[in-house]
Amino acid sequence: MTSYVLRRVAGAAAVLLAAFTVSFVVLYLLPSDPVSIMLDGSAGGTYVDPAQAEALRARYGFDQGPVQQYLTLLGRTLTGDLGTSVASGADVTTLVAQALPQTAALAGLALVLAVVLGAGLATFATWTRSARVRGFLLALPPLGVAVPTFWVGLVLLQVFSFRVPLFPAVGNQGVASLVLPAVTLAVPLSATVAQVLAQGMREAWRAPYVETALAKGASRTRVQLRHVTRNAVLPTLTLLGVLVGNLLAGAVVVETVFSRQGFGRLAQAAVTTQDIPVVLGLVVVAALVFVVVNLLVDLAYPLLDPRIVTAHGGTR
Amino acid sequence: MTRIPRARTRVLAAAVLAPALLLAGCAAGAPSATQGESTAASPASADPTPGGTLRFALGASPSGVDPQQVGSNVSIYVARQLADSLTDQDPETGEIVPWLAESWEVGDDLTQFTFHLRDDVTFSDGSPLTATTVKANLDALTGELGASAPLATSYLSGYVETRVDDEDTVTVVFDAPNAQFLQATSTVSLAILSDDTATADPAARLQGEVVGSGPFVLESYTQDQGAVITRRDGYAWASAAAGHEGEAYLERIEFTVVPESGVRAGGLASDQFDAVGDVLPQDVPQVEGAGGSVLTRTNPGVVFVLQPNVTVAPLDDPAVRRAVTVAIDRQELVDTVLSDAFKPATSVLASTTPGYVDLSDELATDADEAARLLDGAGWAQGADGIRTKDGQPLSFDVIYAPLFTGSQAVLELAQQQLRAVGVDLRIVQQTPAEQQAAVATGAYDTYYYNVTRADADILRTQFSTKFRNINKRPADDVIDPLLDEQLTIADPAARADVVAQIQEKVLEETLAIPLFELAQSIGVAGAVHGVTFDASSRLLFHDAWVEQTS
Repeated sequence: MTSYVLRRVAGAAAVLLAAFTVSFVVLYLLPSDPVSIMLDGSAGGTYVDPAQAEALRARYGFDQGPVQQYLTLLGRTLTGDLGTSVASGADVTTLVAQALPQTAALAGLALVLAVVLGAGLATFATWTRSARVRGFLLALPPLGVAVPTFWVGLVLLQVFSFRVPLFPAVGNQGVASLVLPAVTLAVPLSATVAQVLAQGMREAWRAPYVETALAKGASRTRVQLRHVTRNAVLPTLTLLGVLVGNLLAGAVVVETVFSRQGFGRLAQAAVTTQDIPVVLGLVVVAALVFVVVNLLVDLAYPLLDPRIVTAHGGTR
Repeated sequence: MTRIPRARTRVLAAAVLAPALLLAGCAAGAPSATQGESTAASPASADPTPGGTLRFALGASPSGVDPQQVGSNVSIYVARQLADSLTDQDPETGEIVPWLAESWEVGDDLTQFTFHLRDDVTFSDGSPLTATTVKANLDALTGELGASAPLATSYLSGYVETRVDDEDTVTVVFDAPNAQFLQATSTVSLAILSDDTATADPAARLQGEVVGSGPFVLESYTQDQGAVITRRDGYAWASAAAGHEGEAYLERIEFTVVPESGVRAGGLASDQFDAVGDVLPQDVPQVEGAGGSVLTRTNPGVVFVLQPNVTVAPLDDPAVRRAVTVAIDRQELVDTVLSDAFKPATSVLASTTPGYVDLSDELATDADEAARLLDGAGWAQGADGIRTKDGQPLSFDVIYAPLFTGSQAVLELAQQQLRAVGVDLRIVQQTPAEQQAAVATGAYDTYYYNVTRADADILRTQFSTKFRNINKRPADDVIDPLLDEQLTIADPAARADVVAQIQEKVLEETLAIPLFELAQSIGVAGAVHGVTFDASSRLLFHDAWVEQTS
């Protein structure tokens, strides 16, 4: 068990380093550089003295070679210093620290909604004996995945903010401002959860132990909850680890539509302005979140299904 | 990390939601003010009531709140309210009028500018405005701050020193004539900040460490989210161009960044905002349906142009450039894909720029003339509708960055208009970064852009061979000397003559193919009055007030 955990942690660290390195290389290879973009923005398209641009590049260390820049940034990041934004001069650690709780609240609520909606739909669709109801319910997840998130957001705004003023259209003030964005973000997620869970449940319903249970006189509801759900939940758990990544990506759209402060907005702005310190800071933090969640998921497997640890112990 | 194609998202959203938005516009409860009253420009509508909060939705994120460092419209909407400048520019006449300086003298050779400051001005930290404050500001802009404040630095090019003559008098000295400097002192880029701010860290200033003498004071600023500014008590030094003396009427303005235009318009219609920036044509009915109105003003400066790289075929031939100019129907561009707020270009300068001349005859659409020019230049009609010469198709590209939402639609329509005369326009969308790189190397046939500046010196930075030289042309003995000469003429009328010649020459040589004039488009609710534009078409809130519902 200990070596299993150690291997997982080492793998996580490798993922972090890879994410950092790839991001740096991509940003470095892009044409132009953050200083030119910033100057272009603040000069409104007029002429900028090249000597001044050079001075500014030197101030941010962009005049050094790529390897030197990479090592400097890596060293700083390892000590927890994410540097300052080129575009705004703000401290990156502060920016991330302000954005992360907002997105965490949004993503957390969306995840809860997605699991409740998705699991509810999958459970009911596989439990019901009406083929028509099942067909209708199982048609919903593909629809939920297919509709664009921004469209869902705009429709919700139109109905529940502009026409019926139940929720504010923008901002981060209070729980009310969290509702519409979380629902928007939850729609595609719940659809994915429902799809995978329903698939697993339908397979489980065909399994011999279900027949046995039914033959022993268990009710459909009892079989559904005791046997089917427990066995179908493992792939969904794996999926949740991946969904955390989807949540962060979805936050870019949702936070823009709802004008919310958060990780996604920050990322979108930083990528647009090629703000290397901010993008790298976000990548590291996002990768960290992703890696930790998946680590937790991996560690949770053995608790849910003892066979998994045996398998690991046996092969390694 | 995903990056949203924002322009496309908006267009899609607009297409899907347009009917719903129209309905919502009709359904939303309209405030009591009628259409007529809501034209905020007319001051006679009612007496201003002091007090209250204005909630403003910005279309994009400000890049900071330091007046001297920021350049984008939305940043200036916030930063301009915090600080005053030495002079102001009358938006109607373009005339330079007193603000922090109650009078000034310009030396005959345009190298010395003496300003006599008001003696009653204080900054919001209580420190007084003195001659040394002005010196500290200008010295910082030409020194440590320089690289972070490119606009201000370009206005101060050739700066030698600021001489403190006495407590309220300064003389700014340049090493060469600098006719544009007086107008430059009216801009937000040369706003005067407190002594402490002038020497503060540039990044800290952008983030909010800014102390000015303006009618509002910064309360808070959150990057990508917005800013809150509050009324400066005891403000008594409004510019001569302002609508009233004394303190601002509004107690407080809350700026919120709302990137989606439909959300801004819906928010205005449902009373979640009092005013919104960047109203798109499709959102105008919703704003007006809710009892609001849309304020517009043309941006001064260089209009949206296709500026050709004259070293590359086929645009190295002046006849082809001229043919392209007359093949484009500017009125159709405005009528079809833009809105009433926009005007067809009638010169390379926008009509709100001092020194602008109307050259609409030169820019009249004439497809026959275009065909005649192209025939004469040896471009014969090809099989697929595109003209050819020596086996080469008559084709050129345009690089553009989608900074203005309507750009793609404008270029696509221009593409159709050119195709009608057998010219193939290839549209290449780039990021600002890619554009930077392209302009540096000349890797383009035409470059699509505009620049805002309420002084004709902008022609020099965009068309002189001494700067970026977007045309990539060799130095000449006609246009380059004229561009330099206008900087040495003190008399506005005489300078305007030279500026007029430059505009004519630019069109004569077709160094730019003007398309349309950019305009600011601001939606205000019916209860909002007195929101005004300055000479650079940026917003002022000193005279703004909101009807109080009691």
